[in-house]
Amino acid sequence: MTSRTRPVRRARELSGAVTLSHGSGGKATHALVETVFLEAFHNPALAALNDGAVLKVAGKDLAFTTDSFVVSPIFFPGGCLGDLAVNGTVNDLAACGAQPLALSAGFVIEEGFPLTELARVVQAMASAARYVGVSVVTGDTKVVEHGKGDGCYVNTSGIGLVDRRATGLSAAAACPGDQDIVSGYIGDHGTAVLLARGELGISAEIASDTAPLNGLVAALLDCVGPKVHALRDATRGGVATVLNEVALASGAAVVLAEDALPVRSEVFGVCEMLGIDPLYVACEGRMVAVVDGDCTDDALRVMRAHPMGRNSAVIGEVRREPVGLVLENTGFGGSRVVDMLVGDPLPRIC
Amino acid sequence: MRFVTGYRDRSKATVLAGAIAGLCEPGRHYKLMEVCGGHTHTIYKHGLEHYLPEAVELVHGPGCPVCVIPMGRVDDAISIARQPDVTLACFGDMVRVPGGKGSFLDAKAAGADVRVVYSPMDALKLAIDEPDRRVVFVAIGFETTAPSTALTVLRAQADHIRNFSVFCNHVTIIPPLKAILDANDVDIDGFIGPGHVSTVVGCRPYLPIAADYGKPLVVSGFEPLDVLQSVYMVMRQLAERRAEVENQYGRVVNWEGNTTAVAVMEQTMEPRPHFEWRGLGSIPFSALKLRPHLAEHDAEELFDIPGVRVADPRACQCGQVLRGQIRPWECRVFGKACTPEKPIGTCMVSSEGACAAYYNFGRLVTPHARPPRARSAAPS
Amino acid sequence: MCLGIPGVITELDGVDTQYAWVDVGGARRRVNVALLTADEVRPGDWVLIHVGFALARIDEEEAQATLRMLEGMASAYTEELAVMAHSTAQADRQRGWPSVPASRSSARSPAERQ
Repeated sequence: MTSRTRPVRRARELSGAVTLSHGSGGKATHALVETVFLEAFHNPALAALNDGAVLKVAGKDLAFTTDSFVVSPIFFPGGCLGDLAVNGTVNDLAACGAQPLALSAGFVIEEGFPLTELARVVQAMASAARYVGVSVVTGDTKVVEHGKGDGCYVNTSGIGLVDRRATGLSAAAACPGDQDIVSGYIGDHGTAVLLARGELGISAEIASDTAPLNGLVAALLDCVGPKVHALRDATRGGVATVLNEVALASGAAVVLAEDALPVRSEVFGVCEMLGIDPLYVACEGRMVAVVDGDCTDDALRVMRAHPMGRNSAVIGEVRREPVGLVLENTGFGGSRVVDMLVGDPLPRIC
Repeated sequence: MRFVTGYRDRSKATVLAGAIAGLCEPGRHYKLMEVCGGHTHTIYKHGLEHYLPEAVELVHGPGCPVCVIPMGRVDDAISIARQPDVTLACFGDMVRVPGGKGSFLDAKAAGADVRVVYSPMDALKLAIDEPDRRVVFVAIGFETTAPSTALTVLRAQADHIRNFSVFCNHVTIIPPLKAILDANDVDIDGFIGPGHVSTVVGCRPYLPIAADYGKPLVVSGFEPLDVLQSVYMVMRQLAERRAEVENQYGRVVNWEGNTTAVAVMEQTMEPRPHFEWRGLGSIPFSALKLRPHLAEHDAEELFDIPGVRVADPRACQCGQVLRGQIRPWECRVFGKACTPEKPIGTCMVSSEGACAAYYNFGRLVTPHARPPRARSAAPS
Repeated sequence: MCLGIPGVITELDGVDTQYAWVDVGGARRRVNVALLTADEVRPGDWVLIHVGFALARIDEEEAQATLRMLEGMASAYTEELAVMAHSTAQADRQRGWPSVPASRSSARSPAERQ
């Protein structure tokens, strides 16, 4: 692990109170992490700001990650809070190139939450864990007063063993000439949940993409090994946010082709109606792989052959310049900066 | 996608670009103002400036309804939101617009109930579903949006939804255009007219721009070829020494507009004698308020509102950007103190604001391809 | 501006005549159509949607005419231009494109324009 750290911004961000923007996964979240957490907890494993930390334990590389899951509604097309809680942590481990060894589960439950719903959430977790082949080996339960929590929150942590061929994986390892592959349609989860809330009155056949990606990553590593330079699990803030993390960490540029982005027609339709950009909409089962340009075809082939990557697509490439930025080339010859998400994607009128 | 892909054919853009270049008179510099923020967005997103000859410059106008909201009105809305049992409903664009004392998002973090809606009718539905709340819809927008607010208020009145009101900030398109032309500090040769406002008002209201001010105006669609075609049409008028109102966006805009929409607007709203525009100052008869017979749904009648005029931040040059006097990157705080993350001015908030559009789409290439010209007039 | 999105009317709302269902690429929403006249609101018609209201019917013929105009400029063939001159889009209307699109610039060959 290198001790390379990012410039720490402070002071300006520390005024005021926490707003919802701080939880959106975009710029405000990063500012919060950098000004409050990174500074206080500063250490080399954390400073890499990967999806999980990689620790040397008895000569082996152990990946360790944690994630809290807050979703409204708790049940939505394609899954529920329970699926997210298991798959999310499995995917954070997978992004470290690790196969999961064990998970923990912590529940914060609001007084009055129906036991039947809690059981459904837990059943979904159990079944997702079985699918992956990992056990939930420890846990915790807390109950908060009515009105002090939104039904049920789940935290899961996970440990995993890093694949030998994946020890160099890091967003910072992306280099010019690499290609960016996304493992399927983007924005499905965020759109499905947005519509499931029912507030927008829009209906469409869109299901969350929540899925475990450890198998896909294993297949990719089997095929191209260390030519995978970086893996990122695209969740909050969408594909745009993880690509920005890659660009920032590697000091290179990521250049996307607008026409190459895999977006379902229904997701595109919803985004058009609301004026939001699918690049910023959350996924819960999509890996962004940055692979050596030499092996793009092989990587794409093996990802498409895997059940969790049938709609994988090459969406862009890594270039030397402009340093630290993500660009998107439109079919018309324009080029825009795909910045980190600023605040949650919200319906616009203009 | 229908009505979209056909207007994004790059090969045709090259042809239009050639045609536009062919219309330029040697030694003449052309300044065309695209009134609407949607066009600004298209221009940057698709890199249209690269298709235009050096002699043709596009200046960004005041047509972004979020960008022109003055800070005082944001503060007024927040003061309403802080009153007991109030739910403030607004479009997503509004939540980050900075007022004198923070944004709606800050107010929400401090405990105010602020909800984002897709449609004014959704705000009305909130009022129906939650009869104990006083739902106030923050209405913004040009004539495009005003009829939707109008129909919603009429519905609230007809259905006796007493806990629904509107904080009306609707503005009209012609007065700011005239104000810009009257100010006489920008030499604009012609206008790319706003497409979606014109679905409502039609093309007639622009006739004085052509007749009295001698400026061609072409109502334009929002795809890249629409905008290039409109530039071509304006340039052709200039070459032929004509100043007329033309409609490039015939597939959506009817010459007469939407008479039903205009009628409901007139039934429910009346012009305000004065309204403060961000950066442009006070412009007479440039905004709408609810008519007295709808007072029970007018938040300005129902709530105590400070109504304090808040001066724009001194460093912010949104006003000059909105008048087309300077381009976004020429503002002294652009990209430094003022970014989409921490906007000082409204032009940086809305994704259609000239500054945000330029920050996101154009900041890499434009300054190199088109160095900002030295400007003699830089009033502050 | 104001976001305006083309969508196609799939059915009229049986209960509230102010509303119809509109489809945008597979996403469906109930949209208020009270700003349009009854003959503009038929299943299969395309409308421009803004904040949950249909503001205008999209005119297929006009859309085609604009595209043909662009085609015409691209090919610069006089017969194409003649077609445009008789297009329904502008024959008897004050608005729309200038009546004869061939100008000194568009009459030149594409090669000259590069």
